Amino acid sequence: MQLALFLIFGGLAIAGAINLLLQKHPINSALSLVVVMMSLAVLYWSLGAEFLAAAQVIVYSGAIMVLFVFVIMLLNAGEEEHTHGSRAAYIAGFPGAAAIFCVLSFVFLTESKHLGSANLGGQLSQASNNIAEISSVLFTKLLLPFEVTSILILVAILGAVVLARKEQ
Amino acid sequence: MNLAPNVLALLPEYILTLAGVFIMLAEPCLKPGSSRKPLGWIAILGTLLAAGASWFQLGFGTVHAFSGSIQTDAFSIFFHLLIAAVVLVTLLGSLEYFEGNATHAGEYYALVLFGAVGMMLMTCSTELLMVFIGLEISSISTYIMAGFRKGQAVASESSIKYFLLGSFATAFFLYGIALAFGATGSTSLAAIAVGLGTTKTPTLAILALAMMIIGLGFKVSAAPFHVWTPDVYQGAPAPVVGLMSTAPKAAAFAVLLRIAFSGFPSMQHRWAIMIWILAALSMTIGNLGALLQRDVKRMLAYSSIAHAGYLLVAFTAFPVEGISAAAFYTAAYAAMNVGAFAVITQVGGFNETARTLDDYRGLATRRPVLSGVFAFFLLSLIGIPFTGGFFGKFYVFSAAIGSGHIWLAVIGLINSGVACFYYLRLLATIYAKPTAEASEVAPATPVSVPAIVGLTLATVATLVLGIMPGNTLWLAQYAGTSTMIENAREQCAATPNNCQQMPVPMERR
Repeated sequence: MQLALFLIFGGLAIAGAINLLLQKHPINSALSLVVVMMSLAVLYWSLGAEFLAAAQVIVYSGAIMVLFVFVIMLLNAGEEEHTHGSRAAYIAGFPGAAAIFCVLSFVFLTESKHLGSANLGGQLSQASNNIAEISSVLFTKLLLPFEVTSILILVAILGAVVLARKEQ
Repeated sequence: MNLAPNVLALLPEYILTLAGVFIMLAEPCLKPGSSRKPLGWIAILGTLLAAGASWFQLGFGTVHAFSGSIQTDAFSIFFHLLIAAVVLVTLLGSLEYFEGNATHAGEYYALVLFGAVGMMLMTCSTELLMVFIGLEISSISTYIMAGFRKGQAVASESSIKYFLLGSFATAFFLYGIALAFGATGSTSLAAIAVGLGTTKTPTLAILALAMMIIGLGFKVSAAPFHVWTPDVYQGAPAPVVGLMSTAPKAAAFAVLLRIAFSGFPSMQHRWAIMIWILAALSMTIGNLGALLQRDVKRMLAYSSIAHAGYLLVAFTAFPVEGISAAAFYTAAYAAMNVGAFAVITQVGGFNETARTLDDYRGLATRRPVLSGVFAFFLLSLIGIPFTGGFFGKFYVFSAAIGSGHIWLAVIGLINSGVACFYYLRLLATIYAKPTAEASEVAPATPVSVPAIVGLTLATVATLVLGIMPGNTLWLAQYAGTSTMIENAREQCAATPNNCQQMPVPMERR
């Protein structure tokens, strides 16, 4: 079951990501990104990270994608044009992506023996609940990062005001 | 005075946050179009109070707070004071700069303070997630500040380029944190240091460290992750460039020092190679790139890449010497670079009337004092004796030679020679005879009093670091030893049965 889920949604995520790059129209790319995000959520869930899966669906597939689509609509973005710069990006980007892929797969394959495994529905087999554990860590050990995030959001709001407000 | 550790450890951050929030609340109360200078003065007051609070913390030794995610020690206080000083000089120079030019001067002061909070949090946290949040706060506020001259196309280009590449870099850093957690089971530096001894996946840990070095390498503009620097510095307002080429870099270097020497000390033989390559590349690319530039801000951007390279040399040294040399160099670099950009702020003004070398030709005849100060900062950037730059380079290279990295020091010294050329070219241009058109330029506006105070501060700091480096060096060495001792103590607390004391740092001096 786990393997089947992984193969289906892992494949879907990769297909979505490749489609995102190949599509010329931004709205098509944005919709393929939804596919990637949703498949990732399923993968997280199958690894026993229920909270992350839910957050992925709500934050990424929900909030961020809606924002993307709105921006694309407001800007009335048309098909992308191939310029000299975008060709250079292809030349630099593909070997770079391939190199990162090779390094990561090398490391994970060499360390695969020692990396533990997580199972679907980890909550059922393990005593501790994933969500309960996250919340207890978030409000005890990681309280400060959690609270300081409010300053981060405040800075982001300030930035939006500064950049978006019309000059008088 | 008795303060709870959670209050005491983050006192400067609280003060700055309150000042920032107060500015945000006060801004709408001022009439539109009226002067925003009072808000600037509040920001300056807040910064001074924060610096005082940091100095006050020095009497308490090492304070742990928030379940060990914050460690206020001499190391963090050193960088707190440094960041506060840079912010102070920047604010003093910005008062006149933004007046009447930008419509968001009030928000600018709040952003500077919040950015400073983020940088300070980076330097005092031993929890990588906290470091990440601090890094994001400081980065996002600098992305916005880079685009503050909204009318200009270069400003928008600068802001967007910085934002896209910076986000890319933080993604690397975050992935590094995740992998470090995978390898050691914790995101706290002390626990990582202990976990590395027993981890079954050392390759993963190395990859994690490499990712974090890449992420921070972007932030300190070390080659080959430097491509954004010239464009961003060219488009951003001059006072902001002075800030973002010093304070966030100092914070990122502090984090890198903590990660390298407190989190991954057992892997020094591995990460020293990565840092060696980064340092050699940054010095060479920075200095060779600067030779080709005609735009003064772009030239100083490449020079800051080269200086990041010199600073990275310190990482290859022994822990305590390396940390104190790096801390001292950061202070010297911050003093002279923020000073140089303060001069550029005054020469160019908001609309940047002086950009290229040709615009600077004959500056000395028009503005003799300002040119003299600028010349002093340039000499310090070269590393002439009696300036902060000299002792900075001296300590860094002697620390590297002391640990056997002679070739790296040789590369650094050759690069310092190359660097002489472009700094002296700018200097010669300033003191050259003005051309016919240049003398027709409208008379320069006089430098305002706060800006003079800021410039004086930077000049005095550079001079004091060059003539009497003793006090700063003492604080830097105290900073270096304090982190190492605390590190050893924490490791012992984590594994009392298997307590490996660090090599006693005081012995080496």
